[in-house]
Amino acid sequence: MSAFLALLGRDLRLAVRQGGALGTALGFYMLVVTLLPLGLGADLNLLSRIAPGVLWIALLLAALLSLGRVFASDYEDGSLDILATGTLPMELVVTAKALAHWISTGIPLALMAPVLGLLLNLEIGAYPVLVATMLVGTPAVSFIGAVGAALTLRAYRGGLLIALLVLPLYVPTLIFGMASIAALLGPGGVSSPLLILTAISLASVILGPLAAAAALRVQMQ
Amino acid sequence: MQTITQRLANPTRFMELSARLLPWVAGVAGVIIAYGLYLSFFVAPPDYQQGETVRIMFIHVPSAWLAMAGYALIAISAFGLLVFRHPLADVSAKAAAPIGAAFTFLALVTGSLWGRPTWGTYWVWDARLTSVLILFFLYLGLIALRSSIEDETLASKLTAILALVGIVMLPIIKFSVEYGNTLHQRASVMRIGAPTMDPSLLQPLLVMAVGFTVLFVALHMKAMRNEILRRRVKAMQLAEVERAQAGQLAAAE
Repeated sequence: MSAFLALLGRDLRLAVRQGGALGTALGFYMLVVTLLPLGLGADLNLLSRIAPGVLWIALLLAALLSLGRVFASDYEDGSLDILATGTLPMELVVTAKALAHWISTGIPLALMAPVLGLLLNLEIGAYPVLVATMLVGTPAVSFIGAVGAALTLRAYRGGLLIALLVLPLYVPTLIFGMASIAALLGPGGVSSPLLILTAISLASVILGPLAAAAALRVQMQ
Repeated sequence: MQTITQRLANPTRFMELSARLLPWVAGVAGVIIAYGLYLSFFVAPPDYQQGETVRIMFIHVPSAWLAMAGYALIAISAFGLLVFRHPLADVSAKAAAPIGAAFTFLALVTGSLWGRPTWGTYWVWDARLTSVLILFFLYLGLIALRSSIEDETLASKLTAILALVGIVMLPIIKFSVEYGNTLHQRASVMRIGAPTMDPSLLQPLLVMAVGFTVLFVALHMKAMRNEILRRRVKAMQLAEVERAQAGQLAAAE
């Protein structure tokens, strides 16, 4: 447990001190959300209808940017080899790193969404619902993304390849994220899509590290 | 005493066996597809609503079935590689990916062409179309991952992991897309491909499905043979390089 927390703390501290990744991701998020009204026309009614979808998709794309670095920097300087031979099982190493990615990138992106919602004329009632569904859904983004990052560790042009591999796997998260918002804002405040989204996130927290650890082990022999 | 699986697992034996089987399998595929095409064009009646365009179904539906079967084959091969270390598992997975992707693409294109006269649109974000499109992307991901890694052993294992992740996610993706699309149901009703199909349409469809399956087997077998030969060539080239290097070292002394 202490090893897990130590690794988690180390990754969080590195994320804060390196700084670039989070700023870039937030900046990218903001830019994509800015480009959309420029491309689609500034009709506020249209924008408010598509705002939740736009914010979710831009969040997925921004998270993709930062996923490449989850394992790459440790792989390059050899820390990943040391972690692999340490006391912590590889699955927990992956869990700690993906958790650090969620805390350092996923949560800030989710919290920034309502701010960007102002740009898209998001309806007021949707703000808390949007943030809630994003906070529930971003663990899936981080943990499924970690699988993609592990698979493309030594691949040429890993950045684009991660997107190609991981975006199809993000489809359930996106669909249930949008369905949660629609259901919670609709008549009766139905929460079942949100519960399914929670299930997807929790399942990815357990199963993602299994696949990612297998992929990392294969590449470090 | 070797079991059948063990005997077939030997690549050399596979090459011998497939060399003898392949012409027959290809021939049978050709015959069945020719018969199926004859049935599709000249025997099957035009649909009372769709007219002649229903004949696209005889290519579209078997392609879609094979698209899904192809991915299942890749997942089984991946399992065989990672769990059983079957020598031909990776060859099978690598050979099946482009073929499966081609059938998926064929299903999408023929479906799109069929949709234009019957639904009035080339594409609609219906649950089934979206699922097949994502299946196409999963295939492309497999091919892209394999081609981006130079070390073949590494590429085989990573692609196998990706295939297994994909097969686990595939039902979830299908479920989520069906769920997502019922929220914004299109007004048009799909009347194509109802399970209670008239025998005059069902029979050509089944013939074409069998023909396509045998075609897939033939293509897959041929692709596996090509892959085994390619690997042998590569191994021989590497041996040649090593011999040359050893020769140079000896000459330098």
